[in-house]
Amino acid sequence: MLQLTNLTVAYDDTPVFTDAAVQFDAGKITGIIGPNGAGKSTLIKAMLGLITASAGTATFNGQPLSHMQKQIAYVEQRKDLDLTFPINVFDVVLTGTYGRLGLFKSPGKAEKAAAADALAQVSLSDFTQRQIGNLSGGQLQRVFVARAIVQDANLIILDEPFVGIDLQSETAIMAILRQWRDAGKTIIVVHHDLNKVSHYFDDLVVMNHGIIDYGPVAQVYTAANIEKAFSADLSAVLFEKEAAQ
Amino acid sequence: MSSLTNFFHALGQYDFLQSALITAIMVGIMSGLIGSFIILRGMSLMGDAISHAVLPGVAVAYMLGINVLLGASVFGILAAMLIGFVAAHSKIKTDTSIGVVFSAFYALGFILISMAESATNLHHILFGNILAVSDSDILTTAIVLALVVLFVVVFYKELLITSFDETFAKTYGLHTQLLHYALMLVLTLVTVSALQTVGIILVVAMLITPAATAFLWTDKLSHMLVMAASFGVIASMVGLYFSYTFNWASGPAIVIVAAAMFAISFLVSPKQGNLFKRK
Repeated sequence: MLQLTNLTVAYDDTPVFTDAAVQFDAGKITGIIGPNGAGKSTLIKAMLGLITASAGTATFNGQPLSHMQKQIAYVEQRKDLDLTFPINVFDVVLTGTYGRLGLFKSPGKAEKAAAADALAQVSLSDFTQRQIGNLSGGQLQRVFVARAIVQDANLIILDEPFVGIDLQSETAIMAILRQWRDAGKTIIVVHHDLNKVSHYFDDLVVMNHGIIDYGPVAQVYTAANIEKAFSADLSAVLFEKEAAQ
Repeated sequence: MSSLTNFFHALGQYDFLQSALITAIMVGIMSGLIGSFIILRGMSLMGDAISHAVLPGVAVAYMLGINVLLGASVFGILAAMLIGFVAAHSKIKTDTSIGVVFSAFYALGFILISMAESATNLHHILFGNILAVSDSDILTTAIVLALVVLFVVVFYKELLITSFDETFAKTYGLHTQLLHYALMLVLTLVTVSALQTVGIILVVAMLITPAATAFLWTDKLSHMLVMAASFGVIASMVGLYFSYTFNWASGPAIVIVAAAMFAISFLVSPKQGNLFKRK
């Protein structure tokens, strides 16, 4: 279980959110939804220590998150990646073993076998030698999910994993997320569009410059919460449609 | 071809030429290795900056009679930290911060060098003076080469991941800032070694051009490192030959050869292939 207490982040003294308190349960896929600029990625980065929170704590099973870096796998948004970097699919996945190896140790047989196995799980075994610039968006996303598999973490955080990817990749990634869930891991997915929310997630966190609500999807994915986070119009369209189905 | 025989004949005859060749080869290797990481990290400007910012260190070292490497390292690291500090503590972007800091260091270096003029020769620092390499210079260069190779081999995976995906490296707990400054320190050592062969103005060419050439030929980092080092060596050897034969300054001769290799690769390499576009 991941617990955030009173987390506050500000850019240049303008708070993105203050006193965010939320809980993510193990054995659940939790979605974080909210409009663009709601602070979803910021929340993730603050709890990972990638940006400094001005107040608050993040604990995982009672331990500060900053002490459990080897337990965390983070699949970042891919937009900032250097796709011309001289590295192939296999070697990217292999970097997932670096954290556990620590300094002065190189990946050996066991690590390479783990990377090959992870690539098989995301159906990319035929692409191991491919330079990463020569992949589709969906294939690239699967490469980074494979790296997360190799990390063998207990807390897995994915930022917008379904943006710009094909259906086959989406299905493959969802299958992995469900395997992780069934293994009792804590999975957090930042997600910006409201399609398939109830299909993807068990729990939901609704955000807009702060936590609006969180809990099981059935309780949280409501017209009232969507209206608060997004707009009354969107809420009306979405929930009218659902009522009609 | 007779000029080539002349060159090899001279090589057998003159110690200074042998020393020059050995130094040039070592500098070619180390600058290719470190340069690969510099270009992959998008730090070409930083490489240029650090190579210029060591100038006051060189001057101070001459004045105090201490090892040039020591003086240069202090100023190189100082410049790197100052650049980082200014960028982190203001809204100024890093490239602007680099421009401000390195030009100030370079200017300071000129003033200090002119004060220490009796002990050294500004022209040689700026353009290299490979034909005046002493035995102790060779030894220092060899030590730096050993350090560079050790650094790249020992921290290969850390250098790879911080160059490719720094955020990821941070999330698993790698001290990326420390590695950055370690790389900057190694870069200053390489710069000082390269001073002898190509001079301060052209150090950046030795860092970037062979590495950029290698980048055009391969999709694998380990191959890129080996190729960049090889291109650096070829440029150094051929450049030295031109320098000796046509009486060109060694620095520009070496850099022109490196640039020619880049130009050819730009046209024919499989990855770039501007001459034979596959599509």
